[in-house]
Amino acid sequence: MDFVLIQFLTGLSNASALFLIASGLTVIFGVTRIVNFAHGSFYMLGAYLAWTIVRAFWDWGGREPYLFVLGVLAAAVVVGLIGVAMEMTLLRRIYRAPELFQLLATFGVVLMIQDATLAIWGPEDLPLPRPPWLRAFIDIAGSRFPRYDLILAIIGPVVLALLWLLFHRTRFGILVRAATQDREMVAALGVDQKKLFSGVFFLGSALAGLGGALVLPSQSANLQMDLSIIAEAFVVVVVGGMGSVTGAFLASLLIAEVQAFGIVLLPKITLVLVFLVMAAVLMVRPYGLLGKPQAHARAASGAVEPTLRPAPNILGLAGLAALLIAASAPFWAGAYAITVLIELAVFVLFAASLHLMMGPGGVVSFGHAAYFGLGAYGAALGLRYLALPMEAGLVAAPLFAGFFGVVFGVFVVRLSGVYLAMLTLAFAQIVWAATFQWVDVTGGDNGILGVWPSAWAADKSVYLWLALALCIGGTLLLRRFVFSPFGYGLRAARDSELRAEAIGLDTARLRLAAFAIAAAAAGLAGGVYAYAKGSVFPTYISIPKSVDALLMVLLGGVQTVTGPIVGAIAYHGLFVGILQATAYWRAALGLAIVVLVLAFPQGIAGFARDRWERARGLEAA
Amino acid sequence: MSAPVLEAVSLEKRFGGVHAVAGVSFRVAAGEMLALIGPNGAGKSTCFNLVNGQLRADGGEVRLGGQSLAGLRPRAIWRLGVGRTFQITATFASMTVRENVQMALISHRRMLWSFLARATDQFRAEAEALLAQVGMAEQAGRPCGVLAYGDLKRLELAIALANDPKLLLMDEPTAGMAPKERTALMDLTRGIVRARGLACLFTEHDMDVVFGQADRIIVMNRGRLIAEGTADQVRNDPAVREVYLGSGATSGGH
Amino acid sequence: MRITRRGVLAASAATLAAPALVRAQGTQPIRIGEINSYTTLPAFTVPYRNGWQLRVEQINAAGGVLGRPLEVVWRDDAGRPQDAVRLAGELLDNERVDLLAGSFFSHIGLAVADFALQRKRLFVASEPLTDALVWEKGNRYTFRLRPSTYMQAAMLVEEAAKLPAKRWVTVSPNYEYGQSAVKWFKQLLSAKRPDVEFVAEQWPALGRIDAGATVQALAQARPEAIYNVTFGPDLTNFVRQGNTRGLFERRSVVSLLTGEPEYLDPLADETPEGWIVTGYPWDQINTPEHTAFRDAYRARFNDYPRLGTVVGYDTISAIAEGIRKAGTVDNEKVIDAMKGIPFTSPFGAVTFRALDHQATLGAYVGKTALKNNKGTMVDWRYADGANYLPPDDEVRRMRPQGA
Repeated sequence: MDFVLIQFLTGLSNASALFLIASGLTVIFGVTRIVNFAHGSFYMLGAYLAWTIVRAFWDWGGREPYLFVLGVLAAAVVVGLIGVAMEMTLLRRIYRAPELFQLLATFGVVLMIQDATLAIWGPEDLPLPRPPWLRAFIDIAGSRFPRYDLILAIIGPVVLALLWLLFHRTRFGILVRAATQDREMVAALGVDQKKLFSGVFFLGSALAGLGGALVLPSQSANLQMDLSIIAEAFVVVVVGGMGSVTGAFLASLLIAEVQAFGIVLLPKITLVLVFLVMAAVLMVRPYGLLGKPQAHARAASGAVEPTLRPAPNILGLAGLAALLIAASAPFWAGAYAITVLIELAVFVLFAASLHLMMGPGGVVSFGHAAYFGLGAYGAALGLRYLALPMEAGLVAAPLFAGFFGVVFGVFVVRLSGVYLAMLTLAFAQIVWAATFQWVDVTGGDNGILGVWPSAWAADKSVYLWLALALCIGGTLLLRRFVFSPFGYGLRAARDSELRAEAIGLDTARLRLAAFAIAAAAAGLAGGVYAYAKGSVFPTYISIPKSVDALLMVLLGGVQTVTGPIVGAIAYHGLFVGILQATAYWRAALGLAIVVLVLAFPQGIAGFARDRWERARGLEAA
Repeated sequence: MSAPVLEAVSLEKRFGGVHAVAGVSFRVAAGEMLALIGPNGAGKSTCFNLVNGQLRADGGEVRLGGQSLAGLRPRAIWRLGVGRTFQITATFASMTVRENVQMALISHRRMLWSFLARATDQFRAEAEALLAQVGMAEQAGRPCGVLAYGDLKRLELAIALANDPKLLLMDEPTAGMAPKERTALMDLTRGIVRARGLACLFTEHDMDVVFGQADRIIVMNRGRLIAEGTADQVRNDPAVREVYLGSGATSGGH
Repeated sequence: MRITRRGVLAASAATLAAPALVRAQGTQPIRIGEINSYTTLPAFTVPYRNGWQLRVEQINAAGGVLGRPLEVVWRDDAGRPQDAVRLAGELLDNERVDLLAGSFFSHIGLAVADFALQRKRLFVASEPLTDALVWEKGNRYTFRLRPSTYMQAAMLVEEAAKLPAKRWVTVSPNYEYGQSAVKWFKQLLSAKRPDVEFVAEQWPALGRIDAGATVQALAQARPEAIYNVTFGPDLTNFVRQGNTRGLFERRSVVSLLTGEPEYLDPLADETPEGWIVTGYPWDQINTPEHTAFRDAYRARFNDYPRLGTVVGYDTISAIAEGIRKAGTVDNEKVIDAMKGIPFTSPFGAVTFRALDHQATLGAYVGKTALKNNKGTMVDWRYADGANYLPPDDEVRRMRPQGA
């Protein structure tokens, strides 16, 4: 059928663009184990730079195809150099930090690049004028098919072939492949890791830049490009198998074709479709299509988990003092301060709930906002359809989120490492899309309004005390869990699965329980948040919200129980302060994150703990 | 001989075309130390993992006190009274020495799913008593991650004893240790096995340890049992000499 | 005018502990708290900010309102309703603003409107389009300036009904705005033209259109006319694929908002010709009000006005008029004064309807064309918003009691 052929070809050209981005991401991950959030930003920079460079070339030598090609390549090279700059100035300093800490740094870079791009290129979308040869089409089965799209469709396989040659026929490529398999061995053989990593960052970033430059003729350079592509790029990398370039190619084909035909069959759920495909692939193949299990990913990071000690008394006293100050705020602070304190209480519980999984559980979630949002929606939907009052809503919130925590957790705990994290992201995106697009039930992006507290708690001060009681109470309960036999069992499963099973621990069930508890706690935080704001929106579930939670935990320090509390207060306080202080809050916040990452590679609380223990001559692992 | 604690009957395991374990049978009695030896690739580790539940046998059966272990996972086998140590020590690095043992005791006493108790308060005295047995009492409060390797091995032994096992499985218990430490650890083990009336199955590379400590030895080669007996019997077994010393050794007596 | 900005350190310390400053009346400025998505949607909100800034300067130069100057304290909501609501609280409690204004995204407008209801403060929603803001979720404290989704769809339906086309397809971003825009269009067009049928619909995810496949799927339905709601980068992508693949040839296209410079300019030399659009032909409106506005804006910012500029400008005009008529900044009195208040926009005379607090600001309906390799509007006319609203009874039914 002609239509099928055309749609298939369209899918192929989309697959090429997707492959370029994903291949760069997968190469970088394979060698350096860095989840590079800034990859989408490099894609965006590729488009903007191509817009500037190609137009400059055209002004000089006329709108010739070869100048377009040169301009695109030049843009890719410049982006590659920017990637190297990020690796050399920032990431190189923190390779020894715990796994995923680099993610935090790359997120800071994302924010800075957003503002830099806005400052350099301005707010308006920048389209590249298309000379006639870029607008040309060829006739395929009676339909007009853009010639440029056909060329794009060919570029994907060509780049794949070039990468294959690079990896199999050059010393650099062979080192890259070897390092993807076993980084320590390559290091032991005397290969200069710094050069290798810089080279890999150049290659990966340049591929992202190339992708951005090549899509420019079919759209425009715009400020939303970075975040709109990054989730999809991660999906492709994970479906293909992390570190596998051929896998990324197959996955981009799969995803692009599913989208091209999904549009025809199920036009309303294209967003969900991609994540459903990813979830399905991971069910069947836990390491993606062509991925291999990561060999001791944790051990490879070189960091041994330190012993968990109960906080020293002085810290407990400080916490109590802080709590008293917060609780007495109505007597000395303004109404706005109370609002901020309520938010801080909520985020402390939110971060603590993620920490239960990330710290003692050793399970990283990239989609923890799903449970925060499900809690908020549990309360709001309860109000909308069952007219639940606040008291019942605050019970419904953790139950609703906990229920989904169990349902999703059953699938999630079967995986490990970054694959697991990506599956949590997939579930979060599915929940997000449901709230965003299922307007009839959830109100869509307009959310559900009028979720206000019961009369007795309507006063801001009373609500602050309620929020403190629930959120800080919840946090203390989670803390108690960490030091309970359950929490020890969870850590045992993380430290050594082999030993844990050999002393009778059901590690999968422990993780599932942790997942459900964390989900319920996040749900409670979401419920308290909903009544504080008076409304719920899909933005509660969006990727940036999940990233916020990660940032709080990592910034505070994943290896201490106090970390998430400190992290939540530091991060949210920083965000609130910067947002209202400067129009360039993204650059300022990004810079602050980067500086904190460099200053405290163990997180703020981790840093304090090290100092404390060193000062007292305590033995640290 | 009393009724065996562990009984393996005609174990079979194939990996693709490789017949890794072919019809292996043996028994271990209470109070007995049985060494499983053989050259590299003989199938020792596979055989060992069939017993502990890490691998599933293609044929044959493993019985503990007469009860079949077929299809049971390692954690279920542990519940039936099997303690283990690993070739490369597996302990909980983020806990102290005492907490490692407490963890095993918590699991053994089915306290795992309690959420409010403090783990460090549970079975403290018992944990310390176990540590004392292996000579680790003084290190109880140290983080496990800083221990010397020999101490980790002792800790593993204490963990393995926490469920009051009937059977102790030790995979290469002395691998990576200095010769002096090896003897000390195995003397300790033998003392405990005798005192508690445990059955102990271990694999080992170090022949001094094997011949010095084992009550009985079984020898594997290419997936089959080729010899069984006391140290002297095995030492003089021509098949064993052939495997270890090559054909020249058997004829070299001339 | 003074835009209040403080240092980071001062902000975080002061906002947490700021004691209530009691401001003396008299020559103290009237403070307007303004919240918008300045970093998320700079293409729209920066011209908007320039617009209100210009109007504030004009009013203050002319002596202010009630003898007091206007001062705008503005905040960036980062595109998130939860932050917008917190900042609204900050503006009221710490900055002691007299009333609230702003917002672009519908969900943020709704969140702030609900907050305004809770706090019983006036909120002049400048840009959000959702109908719910003044109807289903309307409240006493919220006024909305820009013509809503319903109004703009109704303006296009008037033109679409004149087309011979019977087979229609729709393409719209999949979220509340897109879904409402399609729902109203279908409903109103079907009422006027029972003979039309809608044969296919495409719902690309916002900001993630798969343009080639979408265009092909639409073409597959062999429509006679297309109704488009996509905008921004999605629109550029859609138009380029559609141009190359010939989707728009020999077909009528009716397109929401596409004539606004914010969305038309990026199409540049690929602007399709003959699309029926709502928009703002800023270069061709030569009424005295508009010419004065355009000249003043050029003189101040050395740029041409966008639609957002007009919206920002009018927001301040409307607020100033309301306060002037009320003779006080007391919110309840200002609200009563604003019901049915007329004010002058660069587009002409506008009133805030007493019925539902919707302004009768209209939009320009015309056709797209290419001039000097740039998109522009031709054959346009001003569609006064007052003529594109449902009957009063229907509005009353949709709006909550007592709002």
